Amino acid sequence: MKRVLIALFLATTAPVFAVEPDEILNDPILEARARDIGKELRCPVCQNQSIDDSDANLARDLRLLIRERLKAGDSDKAAISFIVERYGNYVLLRPPLKPATYPLWLGPFIIFGVALLIATLYLRGRRRADLMTRTLSPDEERRIQDLMDHH
Amino acid sequence: MRFSFLFPLFVFAGLLALFFTGLGHDPSIVPSPLVNRLAPEFNLPSLEAGEEGLKTADLMGTLTLVNFFASWCLPCKVEHPLLVKLKKEGRIRVVGINYKDKPKEAKRWLAERGNPYDRIGADSSGRVAIDWGVYGVPESYLVDQNGRIRWKHVGVLTPGDWHEDFVPLIKGFEK
Repeated sequence: MKRVLIALFLATTAPVFAVEPDEILNDPILEARARDIGKELRCPVCQNQSIDDSDANLARDLRLLIRERLKAGDSDKAAISFIVERYGNYVLLRPPLKPATYPLWLGPFIIFGVALLIATLYLRGRRRADLMTRTLSPDEERRIQDLMDHH
Repeated sequence: MRFSFLFPLFVFAGLLALFFTGLGHDPSIVPSPLVNRLAPEFNLPSLEAGEEGLKTADLMGTLTLVNFFASWCLPCKVEHPLLVKLKKEGRIRVVGINYKDKPKEAKRWLAERGNPYDRIGADSSGRVAIDWGVYGVPESYLVDQNGRIRWKHVGVLTPGDWHEDFVPLIKGFEK
């Protein structure tokens, strides 16, 4: 029973969007595409929200614009680039992989690689120093002898 | 390798320099892809029937400052005196695009404060503003003689912004 209730809750509560009823398209397929696009685009006004999440007037205008483009027969890609042409790559919540964004996408791996290299070299050097060159001091020899005698 | 223990210090200094330059950037300024592109095509009606509106072709021929404003926009009031002054000095033509406003209120607003605009286009739907990449009034654009956008300023245009960003560009185009 509990499970059924939980399932029912999850099925009937929609995630919170700023998309208003009068914006929603009659065609559910187009509307679903518009939602997918809206989630990918940053609202230039509030900056940390997608245009689907934002209550800003401009976000609403952009949502309507995207629905218009889709109704006019634009592909998802074309509708997104329509916005990007005006507001720049900045509005893409997922930055594309291109030369200008290589540091962004590859930086973490490069830093991890460098750290791994340094750690490996350091540890290898230390082990070699330990095993090859270090011998026990007379004091240590005496303490070991002492321990062995007593146990 | 004697000074290799200083390596972390260099890394730290590098990061410090990176973060410090980052602090100087205003994160609310969105870089515009439209700078150095031709101004978008538009054709807007005027605030009042009988007056001339504003269209792309009107931007040709002379350096123009395109200012997006609205009577409901408080920061627009702040920058307005500078626009009036620019109009008086006559160094650059100033045109206005009235963003999502009621023509009557825009008219009254300009009657009270003085009208710095050579021409005004009424963008009641805000669609032309989207084509220009506007995300909040006021915004000002420098458009060169060939109708190409050369600079974009977001927010209140202060005399400091004008002298630092616009004047050097204008001097370059006047030569």
